[in-house]
Amino acid sequence: MQKYSIFSLARNALSHHQHWSRAWRSPAPRPQYDVIIVGGGGHGLATAYYLAKEHNLSNIAVLEKNGLGSGNTGRNTTIVRSNYLWDESALLYEQSLKLWEGLSQELNYNQMFSRRGVLNLGHNLHDMRAIHRRVNANQLNGIDAEVVDAQWIKQFVPILNTDNARYPVLGASWQPRGGVARHDAVAWGLARAADALGVDIIQNCEVTGIRRKDGQVIGVETTQGYIKSKKVAVVVAGHASMLADMAGLRLPIASHPLQALVSEPLKPILHTVVMSNAVHGYISQSDKGELVIGAGIDAYTGYSQRGSFHVIEGNIAAIVELFPLFSRVRMLRQWAGTVDICPDACPIISKTPLKGLYFNCGWGTGGFKATLGSGWTFAHTVAKDEPHPLNAPFNLERFTTGQLIDEHGAAGVAH
Amino acid sequence: MLHIHCPWCGLRDESEFSYGGEAHRVRPADPDALSDEQWADYLFNRGNPKGLHHEQWCHSHGCRRWFNVERDTVNNRIVSVYR
Ligand SMILES: Cc1cc2nc3c(=O)[nH]c(=O)nc-3n(C[C@H](O)[C@H](O)[C@H](O)COP(=O)(O)OP(=O)(O)OC[C@H]3O[C@@H](n4cnc5c(N)ncnc54)[C@H](O)[C@@H]3O)c2cc1C
Ligand SMILES: [Zn+2]
Repeated sequence: MQKYSIFSLARNALSHHQHWSRAWRSPAPRPQYDVIIVGGGGHGLATAYYLAKEHNLSNIAVLEKNGLGSGNTGRNTTIVRSNYLWDESALLYEQSLKLWEGLSQELNYNQMFSRRGVLNLGHNLHDMRAIHRRVNANQLNGIDAEVVDAQWIKQFVPILNTDNARYPVLGASWQPRGGVARHDAVAWGLARAADALGVDIIQNCEVTGIRRKDGQVIGVETTQGYIKSKKVAVVVAGHASMLADMAGLRLPIASHPLQALVSEPLKPILHTVVMSNAVHGYISQSDKGELVIGAGIDAYTGYSQRGSFHVIEGNIAAIVELFPLFSRVRMLRQWAGTVDICPDACPIISKTPLKGLYFNCGWGTGGFKATLGSGWTFAHTVAKDEPHPLNAPFNLERFTTGQLIDEHGAAGVAH
Repeated sequence: MLHIHCPWCGLRDESEFSYGGEAHRVRPADPDALSDEQWADYLFNRGNPKGLHHEQWCHSHGCRRWFNVERDTVNNRIVSVYR
């Protein structure tokens, strides 16, 4: 792996940046792997990286049907936080946040992880009660969280109209260690590091079938031919049901469009992340100056990677109510991802009834922040064929036993 | 925004309707007779197809009646509407 540094930058500047080596190889698939990971989003790449790094496996392939990060990883609004209500999720997201903290150095790739803090607004008494409860739970789990009042918010974010008539801001939860990271850098940095550890990253390779024999996975059919493997780890977000279908399984997943949009670049105006579950909106400003705004999911299911206009119209109406100053800002781009919604707003990181088949999905609207913790625990599950203590509660059986982890309050539409 | 043809009121904007998920799911007549797996399958599992999907919509801000729509989940084309 070619090390990135100020010196390599200077050296390559002299040759007009014509001689950088490729960040990862693009090998043809081998006939057989120890582990095949389906899906080259952040979660799949993190799984490959930690399998190689923590479990000393190297005969691993990541199969991605398009380009790396072309799914939800490259479409999300990049909010990172860990202030979830229940112990199970709080511990998983907190582990993830801790892994973010050293990642740029570890990967030698700038993740642009910016801890600018995250505010979750409360607009009425009920919101505030839920916020108090969640902050208390967070503190018991050792997560930085506090309740701040409207006056504190007014001082911290003067452009936020706290006493607007429609969505008055009574207070918020505040997590200073939260923030944003660069989505592409996460995918590319993990891919480069995994490749350096021997992982084959194969793009434009769609899995079209899962071959099995006597209750055991034996390989996958792909657009680049049949590839053998006794372990197949599926990390395809919105396409999870498709892959489950190939293995004769059914999942409690519904795939919905989730939209986001960015504005024209502005001078620095918003130095933190502001989210509101009640108005289905969340906003931050990118380093390029664009306002990055996310909406709630569209009501219907779909794989179109586009949503209905009235959803972002409502979303923007609420954002403008909260930030009247933004009413004349023009929007540059708008898009959608296909998010895998689970009934309890929690992921599935699990073995399946089929030996050697593992699923990691159901992250829905909020899995970017969990990319690392998800990959880290999932690698353990795949390598050892057993749950990791942090992902054990997120098994597939919970829908039969009834032991759901209801995170609608902290995850809900917002992230 | 989808344009949906309500069987009673005609073509209207999606914002007049509520989405009701997968169509033709029948509540088991005797839930007590089911295994946990069967009950979980009824409660939580969904077909979630990429392609044609039979789904329920309610004209909540109109006649308030439920009906079925067959829609392609890839391009959102509505193929048929039926009661
Ligand atoms: C608009 C929007 C805003 C969001 N905002 C946030 C946020 O602020 N904070 C947050 O934490 N989360 C957010 N999320 C959620 C987050 O983006 C996802 O949970 C997370 O990125 C999922 O990562 P992944 O690697 O599991 O999935 P993906 O990045 O979608 O990767 C799955 C990959 O699998 C590939 N694939 C699918 N089928 C096949 C096949 N048959 N063969 C091979 N490959 C296949 C796809 O091409 C894709 O690249 C947001 C999502 C959206 C859409
Ligand atoms: Zn009607």
